[in-house]
Amino acid sequence: MPGLSLVTVGASLVPADPAQLLPAREQMAFTLGFHIILVPFGVAFTFLMLIANARGIRRNDETALLLARRWSQVAAVLFAVGAVSGTVLSFELGLLWPRLMGTYGAAFGIPFAIEGLFFFLEAIFVAIYVFGWQRMRPWPHFWTGVPVVLSGIGGTLSVVAANAWMNQPGGFTMRDGEIVEVRPLEVIFNGAFGFEAVHMLLAAYMVAGFVVAGVYAAGMLRGRRDRYHRLGLAIPLTVAALVTPLQIFVGDIAAREVYRNEPAKFAAIEAVPTTGTHVPEVLGGYYANGKVHGGIEIPSGASLLSGYSPSTRIQGLDAIPAEVRPPDRLVAIVHLSFDTMVGIGTALLGLSAWYALAWWRRRDLPRSRWFLRATTVSGVLAVVALEAGWVVTEVGRQPWTVTGHLLTRDAVTTSGNLWLFFAATLALYVAVGATTVYVLRLLRRRWRDQGGAAETDVPYGPARGPEATPAAGQP
Amino acid sequence: MSTFAAVVLFIGVTAYAVLGGADYGAGFWDLTAGGARRGRESRHLIDQTLAPVWEANHVWLIFCLVMLWTGFPSAFAAITTTLYIPLGLAALGIVVRGSGFAFRKVVVRTDQQRATGAAFATSSVITPFFLGTVAGGIASGRVPAGGHGDPVTSWVNPTSLLGGVLAVGVCAFVAAVFLTAEARTRADARLEVWFRRRARASAVVTGAVALAGIAILHADAGRLFDGLTGRGLPLVLISAACGLASLALLHRAAPRLLQALAVGAAGTVVVGWGVAQYPYLLGTQLRIDEAAAPDATLASLSVVAAAALLLVVPAMALLFVLHQRGHLDTT
Repeated sequence: MPGLSLVTVGASLVPADPAQLLPAREQMAFTLGFHIILVPFGVAFTFLMLIANARGIRRNDETALLLARRWSQVAAVLFAVGAVSGTVLSFELGLLWPRLMGTYGAAFGIPFAIEGLFFFLEAIFVAIYVFGWQRMRPWPHFWTGVPVVLSGIGGTLSVVAANAWMNQPGGFTMRDGEIVEVRPLEVIFNGAFGFEAVHMLLAAYMVAGFVVAGVYAAGMLRGRRDRYHRLGLAIPLTVAALVTPLQIFVGDIAAREVYRNEPAKFAAIEAVPTTGTHVPEVLGGYYANGKVHGGIEIPSGASLLSGYSPSTRIQGLDAIPAEVRPPDRLVAIVHLSFDTMVGIGTALLGLSAWYALAWWRRRDLPRSRWFLRATTVSGVLAVVALEAGWVVTEVGRQPWTVTGHLLTRDAVTTSGNLWLFFAATLALYVAVGATTVYVLRLLRRRWRDQGGAAETDVPYGPARGPEATPAAGQP
Repeated sequence: MSTFAAVVLFIGVTAYAVLGGADYGAGFWDLTAGGARRGRESRHLIDQTLAPVWEANHVWLIFCLVMLWTGFPSAFAAITTTLYIPLGLAALGIVVRGSGFAFRKVVVRTDQQRATGAAFATSSVITPFFLGTVAGGIASGRVPAGGHGDPVTSWVNPTSLLGGVLAVGVCAFVAAVFLTAEARTRADARLEVWFRRRARASAVVTGAVALAGIAILHADAGRLFDGLTGRGLPLVLISAACGLASLALLHRAAPRLLQALAVGAAGTVVVGWGVAQYPYLLGTQLRIDEAAAPDATLASLSVVAAAALLLVVPAMALLFVLHQRGHLDTT
């Protein structure tokens, strides 16, 4: 079916890309790439915060409570920046891709509507949780954080449903270029939904876990080895270490699903020029002029991985009609991004195993400085892997916006001035990004000056307002 | 079915205009509060009032965008291909505003607070202005059904500029009333007087602009004028009555009543616009039923709307109640 529409749409193509395509794609890539870094902090960091919170209340652990409270402040700042940068994406969907929205909004929009619902709940309960520390009772306050975590999960699943639909569109009938019938459940639970959603959700938990652990590992490397830092490392790293093997498992399923249902993307991922069997797995290398230059070749590797047999046939780039074949440059990007993601994932699995082993043997963090160094770097690596994975999904779909139905060059706006708009966005986002980092460092310095014990704003501390209710379960 | 979806969409627009509008208006007063020392207390009150609620209020905008592009995709494409300049500027304003506000809460040095605060406050005025011009462009029928209308005159025209100025004025007025009430709850007599004065001034100015607007609409947007003076007239009158009543009662009435009146004044204007435009979605260009998505999509949106009614409304009420009772500590 997709093959048929590939040919029919391909035949009526205008070959040249419109001038707006490049700035529009760059702008979308940049703003999405910026926003996606903030996503794990709204979705998964809040979960780490709740673990610390629950531990703090249950074990009467002041350090854990302090961590939870400080994390909630960081989460509040990042949530605000994420909320507004996410809003820009909603505008951009219309401003940059009006043909996508105008024609396919009726189907594509449904998961977004559900996401809106979760975003509402998230914004409401984030506020209650973040501002509720002083004047709410401990357990009720803790429970106001639970909807934040749940709506974060729900929101992620909904947004990814929309993205997955662009990769494997379904659930609608078109007549004369217009959607005339929609089957909402098929739209939401499209072919790519399951693995993409779970993969992204686990990625969010990995990024939040490794980044937060990395921050405390960096502090420990500088000699701050108090309980505060050890706990600040242990909670997120435990979550990340539990999630990582799951992620590798899900990633493996995802790759095979892509092999089965998105052959063009799979050909780009593995950089397969011609259809055939005994296709080698090439690690790294640069794809140009129809072959991979450099890289390490594992004979029949790709065939083995996708079909458990060297005679598994893999569709190459040559099977895609020339008009809709991705240029070599994009194939190279997708292939390298995929290798980056898998490579980092494997390294993070190693780190998780190291941590698990030390914990299993001694019930303690590994003592080596190399472990702390590796953990510090793991945060950055996890973010890189997240970006790389997103490049695989988005660039791997090109030149299609809605695979088999709408080419990116046809989805783009015809309005001009896009470079100007992009330049303004770039300048603004750089300023916002830099200020975000500055503000987080400011918080860190302030907390460090206060020290662990001298904190004046201990959570669930003495109520300060005359109207406040006395907090129960006081230490 | 399409009318129901349009009503849901318009409830979102009204909620954003009133709740988001009050937040924008607070930014207006933040901008005009004077120097760092003189404006310190009013800014503090604005900060405390806004901090827990602005993000939830902001989500109404996302809700409207999503409802529009899912329920009425062709109208959404027509709007974005025509009014891309004010929409783009509003989007950038939203980023500056939200991040500026979040950052100001964290930084402590006066010069840094001034910079982040200025970013927040300036964009709080610019953003509703541009959104107001978008509303004016749509209402006056300057967005063609097929999109790609004139990128400049679609929003630089009498009705759009009226929309922009009116949006800023209404936001300022609603915010001033809310902040007067907030100051009273906190028994801060000085700030109460400060904001009450501003509530009165903004009510007078906004009322005058609205009166002048009658002439502008008559000359520039005939069909909208007819709608507002015809089917929409009761709502316009209610709005005027609410505005006048809140002005008269500013000294005496209970804060709750004043807030209700201000919300009534602002909300009925927006609803009046919707009623005046019915059955058109884009001014005189595109009818609601023509723009609507297939029934199954509209049905899905109705399910989402019902879920919002069951989940979001109580949650939001909880947030507002906790905030009002001082259970949320924003210092």
